[in-house]
Amino acid sequence: MAAHLKKRVYEEFSKVVQIPHEEAPAKKLRLSKPSKSAALHIDLCKATNSTDALQYLLHFARKPVETESVEGVVRILLEHYYKETDNSVRLKIASLLGLLSKTQGFSPDCIVDDAINTLGNEKSHQVLAQLMDTLLVIGTQLPESPAVRQRLIEVACKHLSDTYFGVRNKCLQLLGCLGMVDTPLTKDNEGLGISLGGVRDVQSIISDYFGDQDPRVRTAALKAMLQLHERGMKIHEIIYDQACRLLSDDYEQVRSAAVQMVWVLSHLYPESIVPIPSSNEEIRLVDDAFGKISHMVSDGSWMVRVQAAKTLGSMLQVSPQFLEQTLDKKLMSDLRRKRTAHERAKELFTSGEFSSGRKWADDAPKEKLDTNTVNLIASGACGAFVHGLEDEMFEVRIAAVEALCQLARSSASFAEKCLDFLVDMFNDEIEEVRLQSIHVLREISTHITLREDQLDTVLAVLEDSSRDIREALHELICYTNVSTKECVQLALLELLKNLNKYPTDRNSVWKCLKFMGSRHPTLVLPLVPELLSTHPYFDTPEPDMDDPAYIAVLVLVFNAAKSCPTMPALFSDHTFRHYSYLRDSLSHLVPPLRLPGNGLDLVDSRCGLGSVESAQLFLQQSLNRVSTIQNLEAPGAQDLLDFTIRDLRRLGELQTELAGAADFCATYLRCQLLLMKALQDKLWNMAVPLCLKQNVTATAAAQQILEETYKLEFLYSGLDSRQVATIHHVRLQAKALQLILTARTRQGLDSLISSCEKFLQDIESFQRLFLTELPHLQDSFVDKLLELMPRLSSCKPVELVKILQTTLRQSGLLQLRLPEQIHRATATIIEPTGESDNPLRFTTGLVVALDIDATLEHVQDPQNNVKVQVLYPDGQSHVIHPKPGDFRKPGPDRHRLITQVYLSHTAWTEPSQIEVRLLLAYSSSSTSLSSPSKLGWSDSIDSLPTPETAVEGTIPFSKPVKVYIMPKPARR
Amino acid sequence: RSCILVSIGGKNIMLDCGMHMGYNDDRRFPDFSYITQNGRLTDFLDCVIISHFHLDHCGALPFMSEMVGYDGPIYMTHPTKAICPILLEDFRKITVDKKGETNFFTSQMIKDCMKKVVPLNLHQTVQVDDELEIKAYYAGHVLGAAMVHIKVGSESVVYTGDYNMTPDRHLGAAWIDKCRPDILISESTYATTIRDSKRCRERDFLKKVHESIERGGKVLIPVFALGRAQELCILLETFWERMNLKAPIYFSTGLTEKANHYYKLFITWTNQKIRKTFVQRNMFEFKHIKAFDRSYADNPGPMVVFATPGMLHAGQSLQIFKKWAGNEKNMVIMPGYCVQGTIGHKILNGQRKLEMEGRSTLDVKLQVEYMSFSAHADAKGIMQLIRMAEPRNMLLVHGEAVKMEFLKGKIEQEFSIDCYMPANGETVTVTTNPSVPVDISLNLLKREMALGGPLPDPKKPRTMHGTLIMKENSLKLVSSEQALKELGLNEHQLRFTCRVQLQDPHSDTDTLHRIYTHLKSVLKGYTIQHLPDGTVMVESIVIKVSSSTEDPNTKVLLLSWSYQFGSDLYCLKRGFFF
Repeated sequence: MAAHLKKRVYEEFSKVVQIPHEEAPAKKLRLSKPSKSAALHIDLCKATNSTDALQYLLHFARKPVETESVEGVVRILLEHYYKETDNSVRLKIASLLGLLSKTQGFSPDCIVDDAINTLGNEKSHQVLAQLMDTLLVIGTQLPESPAVRQRLIEVACKHLSDTYFGVRNKCLQLLGCLGMVDTPLTKDNEGLGISLGGVRDVQSIISDYFGDQDPRVRTAALKAMLQLHERGMKIHEIIYDQACRLLSDDYEQVRSAAVQMVWVLSHLYPESIVPIPSSNEEIRLVDDAFGKISHMVSDGSWMVRVQAAKTLGSMLQVSPQFLEQTLDKKLMSDLRRKRTAHERAKELFTSGEFSSGRKWADDAPKEKLDTNTVNLIASGACGAFVHGLEDEMFEVRIAAVEALCQLARSSASFAEKCLDFLVDMFNDEIEEVRLQSIHVLREISTHITLREDQLDTVLAVLEDSSRDIREALHELICYTNVSTKECVQLALLELLKNLNKYPTDRNSVWKCLKFMGSRHPTLVLPLVPELLSTHPYFDTPEPDMDDPAYIAVLVLVFNAAKSCPTMPALFSDHTFRHYSYLRDSLSHLVPPLRLPGNGLDLVDSRCGLGSVESAQLFLQQSLNRVSTIQNLEAPGAQDLLDFTIRDLRRLGELQTELAGAADFCATYLRCQLLLMKALQDKLWNMAVPLCLKQNVTATAAAQQILEETYKLEFLYSGLDSRQVATIHHVRLQAKALQLILTARTRQGLDSLISSCEKFLQDIESFQRLFLTELPHLQDSFVDKLLELMPRLSSCKPVELVKILQTTLRQSGLLQLRLPEQIHRATATIIEPTGESDNPLRFTTGLVVALDIDATLEHVQDPQNNVKVQVLYPDGQSHVIHPKPGDFRKPGPDRHRLITQVYLSHTAWTEPSQIEVRLLLAYSSSSTSLSSPSKLGWSDSIDSLPTPETAVEGTIPFSKPVKVYIMPKPARR
Repeated sequence: RSCILVSIGGKNIMLDCGMHMGYNDDRRFPDFSYITQNGRLTDFLDCVIISHFHLDHCGALPFMSEMVGYDGPIYMTHPTKAICPILLEDFRKITVDKKGETNFFTSQMIKDCMKKVVPLNLHQTVQVDDELEIKAYYAGHVLGAAMVHIKVGSESVVYTGDYNMTPDRHLGAAWIDKCRPDILISESTYATTIRDSKRCRERDFLKKVHESIERGGKVLIPVFALGRAQELCILLETFWERMNLKAPIYFSTGLTEKANHYYKLFITWTNQKIRKTFVQRNMFEFKHIKAFDRSYADNPGPMVVFATPGMLHAGQSLQIFKKWAGNEKNMVIMPGYCVQGTIGHKILNGQRKLEMEGRSTLDVKLQVEYMSFSAHADAKGIMQLIRMAEPRNMLLVHGEAVKMEFLKGKIEQEFSIDCYMPANGETVTVTTNPSVPVDISLNLLKREMALGGPLPDPKKPRTMHGTLIMKENSLKLVSSEQALKELGLNEHQLRFTCRVQLQDPHSDTDTLHRIYTHLKSVLKGYTIQHLPDGTVMVESIVIKVSSSTEDPNTKVLLLSWSYQFGSDLYCLKRGFFF
């Protein structure tokens, strides 16, 4: 098992990515070009029966046809079409015509006439339908010629009376796609008489087919109408009535399309007035449509129900009283009105009465209902969402929840009303639905304040065993407003219970309490003595500082204290001590407080100082200062760089918004500093054997610079090509330095020659990659090299090294422009914590699973790039590629990795620690900058090993975490 | 109980064959002699259809088939066929072995009866004989419950059995397509109730159980073995799973185990969630729910126990109840209706002291909760089903008369269809409007189509000319010429004639000519011919002129037209009013 595992790990680790070289398809096509159409002709002539011909055509259809010969092919096909008697062959030809006219760069206007002519004497309905389809393709390929469109529309109208549904379908589709948008044709042509089959309004033609006998045609008509709408034609209001009638069609696809149609119209004419049948009243069209679509939520087909529920969400113009009816479901029992459980809960709460002994007639109905007022199949919107949320299919339920969310976001009162229903959904049997409803509640939580009984239901979910649900709920609690101090206490209690049951939720729970505290300072205030268990007379024992539950309470209290100055007075001495400890250890959770006493005010002043602008300014100034270095003598410059780097690092710590940029600059400057040190005069003026030691340090420096440049390039997001060029430039310098150092150690001429060649290639590729950036690199190292390029490529290695040495030493520091928005990719391993003293024991030869939970920020494409590395004490290391499903995306630029890695090892005598860390894999071939140019030259210099571009590697980007493990020898 | 007899298109079908649980004498079973008077049942009934396995729908089946004697086909769905004998056997055991009744059906009879059963699949159309076909739809109520659509020729009936329009934890909602039956026979248990949302009840239930468990109390849930019990089990099971609870759940054994086995098998009959996840894990393979043993009741610590029967009137549930009643931490949850007189009913009404047999009293300290988990459609659900099926008539059964009266009014008002609610033993006759299929000759159809418009409007009737021939048992519509040919008759033409007297001094031919020119000038757009035989033809109307015998100045105009051309005459009239 272990061996197998290891093997697999190694396989993954040593996987070589090969870029498959695509064959040049253009060449092959060119060879076959003259024979293409001719071959088809011959084939078709050869075909003795229809099956053969069909085979040839099928074979032919598999290969692409080049633009120039399309027309020829079409002619041959058409010629054969007229000769052919078999329907299936004609059908295939017709479909080929359509395919061919889609060929890039081919304009099908030359074959329009021919295509239309073929319709004339076609008898087979299927072929006719296919031909109409072909015409549709041709029509869409020619959006610019109204004449062709006009003709096509006429043809379509003519064939609308076909008896085969497929033909009618295609005609309607064609009308929908090509019908004139801008010029409705009725007015000027009325005189000619509609019965002549002349030009009519496309809409009225299409709407005639709403009543077709075939449901497929009815659907096609509705779809065509929707197509017209999508193309910007204003649908007439008359259609509304017809569409409404189709809502009660027998066929689901018709109903589904009709729902869409009604929805579209409700958006076009929201304010028109429509009469209610069987009464004299009139209502707004959007309300009417809303009612009708609500009705569809209890349709027989679930597809229609999903459609209807989805559409409801986007009808924001509907009047509030209609909206609220969707949540209304009058209950009755034996003809007497009964209060819903929601109402009862609310009443119980408002009356302040604690739940009495529940009787079995607890919900005994009170008032007698008038039988006439009970509307069983409620007209209009009544109870649509109640139905939707109770639906059998979870697709419908999700759609309903989403619709509720959309509507609630635009109406506060509705949000208030739908709260109960959403809270009910927390108990759904499908996790997706539960999760969705929690998210929705979070989104609308700005509108609402939870009552105690509602909060109770919400908090009950905290015990859910699914981590996603719990975290979503924590997120929700972060944003919730509660009404009383009991609520706060309840929430705290439940969260502590959660913490106790699932200790891994620690961070999430703390964060949750942080927001809770800062949201409800006044509600927390009366709870403080109880929470901190202080007593007016007695000193209570000091709580354990490592207890996560106690920390949680403190987080709540301190955050509340931030906006409640009277609170610190209630703290006992140890609380202040704990505050300063927590402020340091969990600074992201504990806010700065203005506390009485010494030294703590300092905290305030430190943070009040740094606004983003001033930090930005400081960053800019530091960079400007550095740019003067070129003129300074080396020692002073080094000091300046040293200080600047230090400043920048500190700035990054203080100002999280600029952390990325500051870090980036600091790293860049560090590269420069290293380079500068390596190029110190002393080293180069001495004979080689005398300065072996310096030589070694310089080699190490070069190596380090290389590594740093890779970090610079791949660890930071938001770089533009200018910065990338600068980074590459430094890398080039480092490589030059490496080359010089190799030359100095004189390890043989062969290796020197090859490394020289390699370096020259590097320069070339640099030039290719950053052609556009070269003007900005005036007077730099590379600029000078490029000037000398002709000489470099011809001269001997030794000479080349000499030139390099001088240029390198003459070249100055390249000014770094401050990038706009730079973020450093970071990863934090939350789990394992590395604090455990209990070793993870397992039998050798077997595996043990280690849970890993980490947050990643600003990582692009983590599914491919992030890897987990496990380092064993014997130096063995494994790299594990997590499954794509292990990554979740809780927010923009944030990812969460929750995975398991399998460990295995041979037996140890003592428990020992392994290190786990996250790696960011990079390969320069995958960067966007190099990829387009790569294709260009890879075909020309195939023989050469791909130099620069194929560099692959990994950067560790998280702090390593130590895990104590103990593989025991297997028992015999 | 349900036992409905339908006569449709000359076929007799029995829908359900239930028994009454309240009686112990002959009234228990339906009176089968009523059907036949004194013939054999098999001759009279074409088939029997059982909607689901509850005894009030299938309890009298062995009695009818074996003791009364019926050999025709019995239709039920696969799950019903599987579970029904278990219940019947259990019922038999109680009546025969415990109560010691004789003259009751035996186990062998149940087996024999089941051999006559033909299983049905959902949406499968089964031809009972040449004319009668039946089709089953999903009904929700319990596992395997079905609604049936019965069709003879153009007449059809839908019988719902018991059904449920809101899905629950293990079953989906009832569904039917727009089959537009002549009668929809629907149950109406909750004719006057609109229920609260299912979720509220579920949440309440779980919360109560959870709270009690956390307090360390024991929860007793008295249930009937099949149906709701499974739903509650799934509910608790998933909740335990979600919340990581450890307290044990027990289910008193018995027929449930056997039934659970079938629940596992008939996954296709359950709801979406169970159907989708059964590959990973069958929801009926309970992880947390174990079989109950009598001794467990005294175990310390929290637990949940499902025990039968549901009304606490006897058996295990009562025993456990007695043991636990004294502790206020414990709880009993009644998930259904309790008949008056049972302990269940008493405690639900708040009685805290119960008299037990042997003059001892029992103090009830534990909490008593009531939760309605019922799987019948409420008034809204019934209306929804009517909307789905669009029947022409409605018939309500299986409910209380007063409540049905209300629903009847609602249905009539909302859908404007007739609604009936027969009492037991009452017969309702519904006249249908059968459509008679007629063969039409293709030529005639094509000719008619060519006459009017491109496509006929499918929604509107259209008149056409043709001849209806009734021959033997078939009806044919053909064109009149063909009909004549077929029947070997000569064509007769009916012509109407009319004489008009006219004062005109001219000669006959002149008069005719004058008329001709006049008509020509007045009636433009009509074909008017002056024929050489001395007649004028206006379209198909012939005009002849002759002088009368008495007065040569008085000319007699002879008009003659055929039956179909009355319209031509009208224009001619216009022409004559000079």
